[in-house]
Amino acid sequence: MTNKDNIRFIQGNEACVEGALYAGLNFFAGYPITPSTEITEHLSERLPQTGGKFIQMEDEIASMGAIIGASLTGNKVMTATSGPGFSLKQEALGYACMAEIPCVIANVQRGGPSTGNPTHVSQGDINQARWGTHGDHAIIALTASNHQDVFKITVEAFNLAETYRTPVIILLDEAIGHMREKLIIPEPGELPVVDRLRTHVPKGVDYHPYLPREDDRLPMSDFGAQHRYNVTGLFHDMWGFPNNDPAVVNGLLHHLVDKIENSVNDIAMYKEYWLDDAEYVLVSFGSSARSSIHLAQNRRARGMKIGVLELQTLWPFPTDIVREKCANAKAVIVVEMNMGQVITQVKNAVDNPNNVFLANRIDGQLISPTDIKTVLRMIQGKGV
Amino acid sequence: MNDTPFNFKDYVRSRFFPHMWCPGCGHGIVLGSLLRGIHELGLNKNEIVMTSGIGCSSRISGYVDFHSLHTIHGRALSFATGVKLSRPHLKAIVPMGDGDALAIGGNHFIHAARRNIDITAIVMNNKIYGMTGGQFSPLSGPGKKATTAPYSTIDNEFDIVELAKSAGATFVARSTVFHAVEAKDLLKKAIMHKGFSVVEILSQCPTYYGRKNKEGDAVQMMEGFKNNTVKIGSKKLEKNPNLIQRGIFVEDTDKPEYCEAYDHIIETAMKGNS
Ligand SMILES: Cc1ncc(C[n+]2csc(CCOP(=O)(O)OP(=O)(O)O)c2C)c(N)n1
Ligand code: SF4
Ligand SMILES: [Mg+2]
Repeated sequence: MTNKDNIRFIQGNEACVEGALYAGLNFFAGYPITPSTEITEHLSERLPQTGGKFIQMEDEIASMGAIIGASLTGNKVMTATSGPGFSLKQEALGYACMAEIPCVIANVQRGGPSTGNPTHVSQGDINQARWGTHGDHAIIALTASNHQDVFKITVEAFNLAETYRTPVIILLDEAIGHMREKLIIPEPGELPVVDRLRTHVPKGVDYHPYLPREDDRLPMSDFGAQHRYNVTGLFHDMWGFPNNDPAVVNGLLHHLVDKIENSVNDIAMYKEYWLDDAEYVLVSFGSSARSSIHLAQNRRARGMKIGVLELQTLWPFPTDIVREKCANAKAVIVVEMNMGQVITQVKNAVDNPNNVFLANRIDGQLISPTDIKTVLRMIQGKGV
Repeated sequence: MNDTPFNFKDYVRSRFFPHMWCPGCGHGIVLGSLLRGIHELGLNKNEIVMTSGIGCSSRISGYVDFHSLHTIHGRALSFATGVKLSRPHLKAIVPMGDGDALAIGGNHFIHAARRNIDITAIVMNNKIYGMTGGQFSPLSGPGKKATTAPYSTIDNEFDIVELAKSAGATFVARSTVFHAVEAKDLLKKAIMHKGFSVVEILSQCPTYYGRKNKEGDAVQMMEGFKNNTVKIGSKKLEKNPNLIQRGIFVEDTDKPEYCEAYDHIIETAMKGNS
């Protein structure tokens, strides 16, 4: 039953705030940057109302450091930023991968590189989310195209961060972040919330903070509790002590990558529209998925067999799902607002990469159904 | 307070030894002073979180049997800020190198001081980048030799005490590894001080700074700390104003501590919400 108080008409950034609070966020550190600032502003008001803590740090590096510290004392933590700030966070983000610290980073994308196009839409940070920090690693990145989904994937971001003990990136874009639309806040219990898995090892018994259980999960012990252990960004053994024995290095790197890559299908979230008999498949995500859905609906009404695969999990890339959903397509069009980032993954996934085309826009303007239609007509050999 | 005899082994992780410091490195003396101080204060090991960055000095966090967080170069104070603000009852101690604290970490240093958050920052100042093999630091000062200053440095140095003071730290002190007992007592005061405390401890890196600058071995460098420093306000300063002063430069208990101030924010926010 929907309570009237739970219906909001808000920005996507606020939907992200509501999702984070629903998931149990109790510590946030951030530094203002367009177009993510509303997340930081709203949390400065909302968090202390729940007894949580908010701090505006001196920069994005410090914000990332602060949330990692607060996660280790047992909190659900988040920071929010955009392109330039996301670049600054990369070293500490890698630290969170290596030390296996649950945390959530929202990146509301704007045009880049550099200061770029601060108030305009872009989806140019997909590859940075994947490879922004140095070294081999795996990452989880989620996105959404409407506020109800922003809420849902934000809750899921926290759940995945806890389950896999890893940083999770929420990749919104300026259009979604600033657009206002309806959000119905689910009742408590309506969406699953994963709490911190804590160790049951009793006092006095050797606790191995970095020895995965059989299911690969690593129960944690809060800083301040009875188990005292070391956390480091160096390669380390099961006690968290620095160790560069080749077998330890090899084992840890495989663990960090495998725990996520081997769960790609569990982590994958997507939505599909009219795919059953689709000859043309639009693969999209974020605000560009809205235009894709709009166009597909419009063409369907004219009898065209067209559908949309909307990705909500961008990393680890759901290769098998994309292959399966595109298997019967005559052509696949990847709709994104960058020079072709997700399309590389889609080409890699499908059986015939020559049938994969790009419909994009990189000028700070939202890609329109007409922009996509133009590409569609070219593929069909029709005049534009 | 704790009257039981101090046993080093009660406070270190034997699994972590031998340590990585060179023979004669001053950093081990800082570790000794710190652990003795913590022992005398009778603190509960479970309530101490030692957070450090990267450098020879920063390795200290792994050796101690507290909660230990060995982070990334220069950023330890920001991680410690998250620890402290989220769990204010924990004691946050942050040992740092001079480069770690004041080059790459300089911004975090002044902002932690400005907030007056209850963290103890220990700057183990050997005036050099030890870990990376002897490059000059923002504490080397002009006219020094380093692997990146083969013709000698032209960079001016910071005065850590003055910097900490003007940035708003409410406890600021300086000592040296020659004065290990004094250093211990200053560290005890810093740890118990409610607010941001800075203790600069001059430490020697015989391997790089000593060798490059012909300051001799560890013993000679420590003698230098003895001869070139005096207690604050010492008469000797009249004859030689260049002597480095040791002791407590600032001890201010009036300024609100950050976590306590935030508790008032929570109170206000909760009232407004209900
Ligand atoms: C981002 C980054 N830049 C550079 C380094 C390399 N690095 C490691 S320690 C260090 C300087 C150490 O000097 P200091 O902080 O004075 O500590 P000491 O080793 O002298 O105790 C540098 C430059 C690094 N680890 N990370
Ligand atoms: S290089 Fe210098 S600072 Fe590092 S351990 Fe050796 S003596 Fe100490
Ligand atoms: Mg140094």
